[in-house]
Amino acid sequence: MNHAYAVAAVTVVVLVTLLIGALGLRISRTTSDFYVASRTVGPRLNAAAISGEYLSAASFLGIAGLVLLQGPEMLWYPVGYTAGYLVLLLLVAAPLRRSGAYTLSDFAEARLESPQVRRLASLFVVGIGWLYLLPQLQGAGLTLEILTGAPGWVGGLVVAVVVTGAVAAGGMRSITFVQAFQYWLKLTALLVPALFLAGAWFGDDAPRARFDAPATFREHTSVRFQETVRIELDRPLTLTATGTVDDRPYDNGSLTLDVGSHRIASGTTLGFPAGAEVPEQSDTRAAGAAIWSEPLADSREEHPLYATYGLILATFLGTMGLPHVAVRFYTSPNGTAARRTTLVVLALIGAFYLLPPVYGVLGRIYAPELALTGDADAAVLVLPERLIGGVGGDLLGALLAGGAFAAFLSTASGLTMSVAGVLTQDVLPARGVRHFRLATVLAMAVPLGLGAVTADVPVADAVGLAFAVSASSFCPLLVLGIWWRGLTPPGAAAGLVIGGGAALTAVMATRAGIPAAGWSHSLLAWPAVWSVPLGFLTMVLVSLATRSRIPPGTAATLARLHLPEELTTKPAGSTAPEAER
Amino acid sequence: MTTIEIAALAAAGALLLAVGTALGRLSARRAEKNLDLGTPVERATFLTLHTASLAAPPLRAGLTEDTARKAARRLRSLLGTETLCLTDRTTVLAWDGPGAAHHQEKVMLKVAEMLDSGRSTCVHTACDDPSCPLRWAVIAPLTGEDGVLGALVAYGSRESAVLVRAATEVARWVSVQLELAELDRSRTRIVEAEIRALRAQISPHFIFNSLAAIASFVRTDPERARELLLEFADFTRYSFRRHGDFTQLADELRCIEQYLALAGARFGDRLGVTLQIAPEVLPVALPFLCLQPLVENAVKHGLEDSRENCRITLAAQDAGAEAIVTIEDDGVGMDPERLRRILAGQEPATAGIGLSNVDERLRQVYGDDYGIVVETAVGAGMKITVRIPKYRAGVHSSPRAES
Repeated sequence: MNHAYAVAAVTVVVLVTLLIGALGLRISRTTSDFYVASRTVGPRLNAAAISGEYLSAASFLGIAGLVLLQGPEMLWYPVGYTAGYLVLLLLVAAPLRRSGAYTLSDFAEARLESPQVRRLASLFVVGIGWLYLLPQLQGAGLTLEILTGAPGWVGGLVVAVVVTGAVAAGGMRSITFVQAFQYWLKLTALLVPALFLAGAWFGDDAPRARFDAPATFREHTSVRFQETVRIELDRPLTLTATGTVDDRPYDNGSLTLDVGSHRIASGTTLGFPAGAEVPEQSDTRAAGAAIWSEPLADSREEHPLYATYGLILATFLGTMGLPHVAVRFYTSPNGTAARRTTLVVLALIGAFYLLPPVYGVLGRIYAPELALTGDADAAVLVLPERLIGGVGGDLLGALLAGGAFAAFLSTASGLTMSVAGVLTQDVLPARGVRHFRLATVLAMAVPLGLGAVTADVPVADAVGLAFAVSASSFCPLLVLGIWWRGLTPPGAAAGLVIGGGAALTAVMATRAGIPAAGWSHSLLAWPAVWSVPLGFLTMVLVSLATRSRIPPGTAATLARLHLPEELTTKPAGSTAPEAER
Repeated sequence: MTTIEIAALAAAGALLLAVGTALGRLSARRAEKNLDLGTPVERATFLTLHTASLAAPPLRAGLTEDTARKAARRLRSLLGTETLCLTDRTTVLAWDGPGAAHHQEKVMLKVAEMLDSGRSTCVHTACDDPSCPLRWAVIAPLTGEDGVLGALVAYGSRESAVLVRAATEVARWVSVQLELAELDRSRTRIVEAEIRALRAQISPHFIFNSLAAIASFVRTDPERARELLLEFADFTRYSFRRHGDFTQLADELRCIEQYLALAGARFGDRLGVTLQIAPEVLPVALPFLCLQPLVENAVKHGLEDSRENCRITLAAQDAGAEAIVTIEDDGVGMDPERLRRILAGQEPATAGIGLSNVDERLRQVYGDDYGIVVETAVGAGMKITVRIPKYRAGVHSSPRAES
């Protein structure tokens, strides 16, 4: 791949992002344009902004890699990411907007009238935000590594510096325009190359991808191994090798590998003949390959149905608790607009998620060796070069690289904004613009530092963890808070701690490798199946036990959440001064 | 792996903190024991003062059934009587102690007698039940600003001058608390009245000037005159509205638009306006009419007090969990010292609702961190910055009725 094009594309994306962020507001208007200037953000623009912020690295690169590696069952990921908004639309969107809350901790305070619950919710907002930022930074590192060969930490640092600088300097003032732009950029960056690739695929007599059998090399392919790996062979394979195989040096010599396990030393180049089956890589984790497209694959094979339900629950119910998603709904002028916005988001995200599987399937046909070297996530980036080649391929590849970077930038900046906002309000002592800057640096420094310390965290694990924790903590809080009168502050606090805490502990334990296999491993790796009901149950039971603590303003609050704004004008006006006193 | 280590480290830290807190508490308690606590008399005084201070907070909220119930328990332990009862002028509010069944209905007759005289009395209860300990009752008046509000009735088993004296003193102390409560209430009422006055307080000059400006267009440009009249009607409807203390930034901006249209009719080309509004902050809830007075102030400084053209810049920016609104004019400016005196209330403001009122209301709603920030000097224009949190408990905007 031509590095110059890709680097240029990434630079252009970064610059345009900063430019729109800084200048979007500078469009000055005069008195006659007052109406235009004071027009609220429409559902379409807002929906594009929400989608732009939501579609992260995992969506842009990860899904294609997953499909390449494991086939169509991985489509549950895009389905889950999208369907989360359906739940949001049905249960949460309009009431959340009507509550007047800007962050999720604001909602906790508005509904439960308890500063303690607010503080607890803030901790979860910050925690989930950091968990979600971690994979974004790591993904950026991986992408830049693939594009330019720079060391892994460079990409994360670039994104961190750009985002922190932009947010802290107030460069993200017109964040709605920035994020909306990022959505359309990401869609274009995936759609245009996909059309060209599909054309090339038709020109190639439209070969079918096979998922029930191992993928095969279509032509003689040289694969260079960056790291030492073990491969498994089901049948003997004759190939050429330069480097060290099974501790024996070769220099472009031909050899035949028997059935069984073989060790390929780092730096070895293997030449596979056309029609050979792609060998399976065994124990990727031991090889230290940081692939996000390896979401606990071993456990999936053990209890696939349970794992799928775990994934579905976490993604369906976790979306509503993501801090950067909740914050964008504040921009809608009223509850109806918030609902309409969510509907448009469903359409936009649904359209976007049609594309990554295309790349996954094409990658299975044309770049099967990616599964072998552990670079499956690069599928999206390398396909144009493989199928089209030449300057055209380079240009399309650069477009994809730019889109991928837009994905990191938009998600990371949205998360940083909301985490920094909560940090300024509830964690750091004093208030003021300078403290917001300090909070921004803190919001980014922690995940960056964690990323440096925990270099071998698989990215999909971290994303899954964020979703599972959010589904077990904020989903019960939001759903019960909006739809049940009986929720009390102690109940909410207990549910947050026990549900969210259990999910957090479970996935931490999995990552530490405490239960290596079996049911206990599956249970801990996909906690949502039991931690979400646990969160709900705790909230309900503790609330029932502390019935006397139901906040006095519950009836008024629920009326405000559920009635259209025009109807609540009078009651809201008459209750406000009392609340103030 | 390392994540687990970090988690373990955090857990260990939390444990250490908890242990430290517990140890600190323990040692503090021990130190207390060793302290010199004074003579028995002094200790009794402390105890009495402590009980009295516990009874004060509920009474500061006024004399109601709820507050009387909370206070009666403390007052009874203060007096050390069998039973204590608090009444208002007509009914028993709280009864603490035995004997509620057969004494409660009789007590109001006695209280009614006391209400006429307004002085403490000691009466025999004439109870038929020989085992009942409530033989004598001391009835002491609770007085407020407007005379007797109710009574404190202390029951004892025998007639005692000490009880009479004690009950009278306690009743006097309770009366002081009730007077303070009344003071609190009237202070709240004054603040409310102020806000209500502020709301309706469109400068009479503005009404006069607007109508004069509209009149000047009636013949030359009837269409414009009609538009201006409609703007004027909308503006007054918004300013005079009765419901809700809060509004959305979008509505406040519309009000400012109407104001500027009317001001523009008067000043013509001399007034230029630049707007930079981030659409993200338009739904922010804020106190009703807290920006329009600032714009009015800018117009006054920029146009009325000078002969030159004036440009007013109105910007609303999104800044994380806050919205930042700035209003800037290039008019005559102001001496910062004088402005400080006006904001401190030492010098009366000259026009309209004025900066100090906006400042006061913002502080009242959002706390002292959120007052207005003014940058100005004589001849250098004026820039006013207002920070508004996007969410604050109790602040809910009510949208404009017609929209």
